[in-house]
Amino acid sequence: MADAAVEARSASKEYGSGDRIVRALRDVSLTIRKGEFFTLLGPSGCGKTTLLRLIAGFEMPTSGTILLGNRDISRMPPYQRPVNTVFQSYALFPHLDVAENVGFGLTMRGQPKAEVERRVARMLALVKLEAFAGRKPQQLSGGQQQRVALARALAPSPEVLLLDEPLSALDLKLRKEMQLELKRLQHETGITFVFVTHDQEEALTMSDRIGVMRDGVILQVGGPREIYNRPVNRFVADFIGETNILAGRTEAGCVRLGSGDLIAVDNLNGAAEGAAVTLAVRPEQVRIGAGPLQGRVSNTVYFGTDTHCHLRMADDTEVVARMQSPPSGDVGLGEGATVAFDFVAGAVRVLED
Amino acid sequence: MSAPTPSTARTGWILSIPALILLALGASGPLLIVVVYAFLEPGEYSGVVWNFTTEAWFRVFFERDIFDDTVSMADAHLTIFWRSVKLSVLTTLITFAIGFPTAWFIATRPAGQRALWLFLITIPFWTNLLIRTFAIMEVIRNQGLLNTALIGLGVIGEPIQILYTDTAVLIGMAYVYLPLMVLPLYAAIDRFDFRLVEAGYDLYATRWRVLRRVILPIVKPGIVAGSILVFVPSLGAYVTPRILGGGKNMMIGNFIELQFGQGRNWPLGAALSLILLAIVLVALLAYVRVTSSDRQDG
Repeated sequence: MADAAVEARSASKEYGSGDRIVRALRDVSLTIRKGEFFTLLGPSGCGKTTLLRLIAGFEMPTSGTILLGNRDISRMPPYQRPVNTVFQSYALFPHLDVAENVGFGLTMRGQPKAEVERRVARMLALVKLEAFAGRKPQQLSGGQQQRVALARALAPSPEVLLLDEPLSALDLKLRKEMQLELKRLQHETGITFVFVTHDQEEALTMSDRIGVMRDGVILQVGGPREIYNRPVNRFVADFIGETNILAGRTEAGCVRLGSGDLIAVDNLNGAAEGAAVTLAVRPEQVRIGAGPLQGRVSNTVYFGTDTHCHLRMADDTEVVARMQSPPSGDVGLGEGATVAFDFVAGAVRVLED
Repeated sequence: MSAPTPSTARTGWILSIPALILLALGASGPLLIVVVYAFLEPGEYSGVVWNFTTEAWFRVFFERDIFDDTVSMADAHLTIFWRSVKLSVLTTLITFAIGFPTAWFIATRPAGQRALWLFLITIPFWTNLLIRTFAIMEVIRNQGLLNTALIGLGVIGEPIQILYTDTAVLIGMAYVYLPLMVLPLYAAIDRFDFRLVEAGYDLYATRWRVLRRVILPIVKPGIVAGSILVFVPSLGAYVTPRILGGGKNMMIGNFIELQFGQGRNWPLGAALSLILLAIVLVALLAYVRVTSSDRQDG
């Protein structure tokens, strides 16, 4: 592909040997396009950081290749790769001040001093830290250190910027700020960002595309809307946002639920007549008040803008409905009350398992 | 927290009196005697005559001709100073060259193994210095282990004369003081954040540059501490140069001993001791400056 920034072809990574072998990556193939904000999303231990380290060059693949542009860089040492990393721990050099930290990569590349200074000034302006050039990293707050780490990694104008859970050490408010900041920087520099996170909300709000990983395998690659609305399997559906999972059996092009209700689905996903299937419905796609389904209210949880209502169907299957909280704050559903509800048309998906 | 009342402060002083007495008798007292002796005349056979003179200080650097009183530089003394400083600096460099990879190796072992490696490093401390020095002698003498092995392997035809040379002194001192270099280096490297090495690689620094630009500057306090711990006792070394260097290759320590013994010039010995002390103090001052500027910066 001409517009590929990074490509992994059947990349595998194994640690250890013999009986204690750990397969961190299994035959992963992936193309990350030039200029996109790509997120590797998954729980800890899913192999997302390993994949990042293969691209950075800190690890070599056990088999398969990593391409940058169209060059095979699988065996290239990290200091030769035009790729820079923002580390989870920031890894700022404590013996250098902010300007020296930001200029480190340029100096190592043999840029003349004047050029380094000019570029460092521009980078510090980009992350709004001009006033801190002479400070040591230890004298900065977490958010400021984060921005220094960003400026340092962006300064040498890498082809790809790798970000290893860079926001996980920040508090919520700062994290939201930095999310916007990262998007802005990516937009302004046009550099391909590969972002690793276990936070699905972060992934949804920031990414152009997301790769969902588990156990060293990429399960699904797609835009945030696609991943959220059309998850390929139960794990993706469960991991991204909240989901109601319902068990059922196909019957005449529809699905018979455990509670005995028959509901329509858009696409049976090739499931044979009478086969057991798993259904997914997002809580915001559940409408309370009218419909063919019935549930007993077991709990309501107030979240501010939203209220979650937990319903139990006849077979004890739990369904969560998300509603906008009314001005009074009380949705008026008492515990134990039986209500009618329905799923929004087209919202029920049959999952591959 | 309550501020100490005057009475507890006074109790504190009273309680530290034994320590203060010990310090006065054990450290300050002898030093004072050395300072006083350095400004007295030597007695005929030994001891001092209580007449004030700066002759001893003069004799450190110059010598008077016995017959016509012409003054010339005391080349022999300066040679000894120079050799002492040279051998001490070389010892420091050698122990660093061997000690740094050793400390690095230990610090990168799994946590459970490190104690064992550190223990191995400190084993030589359990044996008397004299015995260890004789052991070195046994290895490097003409019919010793090293020469016999090299001749047996056909590398050399004749034994190499190592014993009673500066090289022998250097080997002996590097061996004796190596643990003093390894331990502070280990402490510094143990605190080092190894993720910074990856950050260095990531930012286009080769292995050599990561070592020069990232690792060494950060573990510098450990390097300085180890260097001081090796340099200071090397400079005053007495047993090692005496045994491995023979009689000819004296260092300051041996020369001072000579003045109090056969030389029968206690004031000169005292003056030389003070000069040794001054060199050590300069080294310590340099250490304090290097480490405190580090702390100021961050």
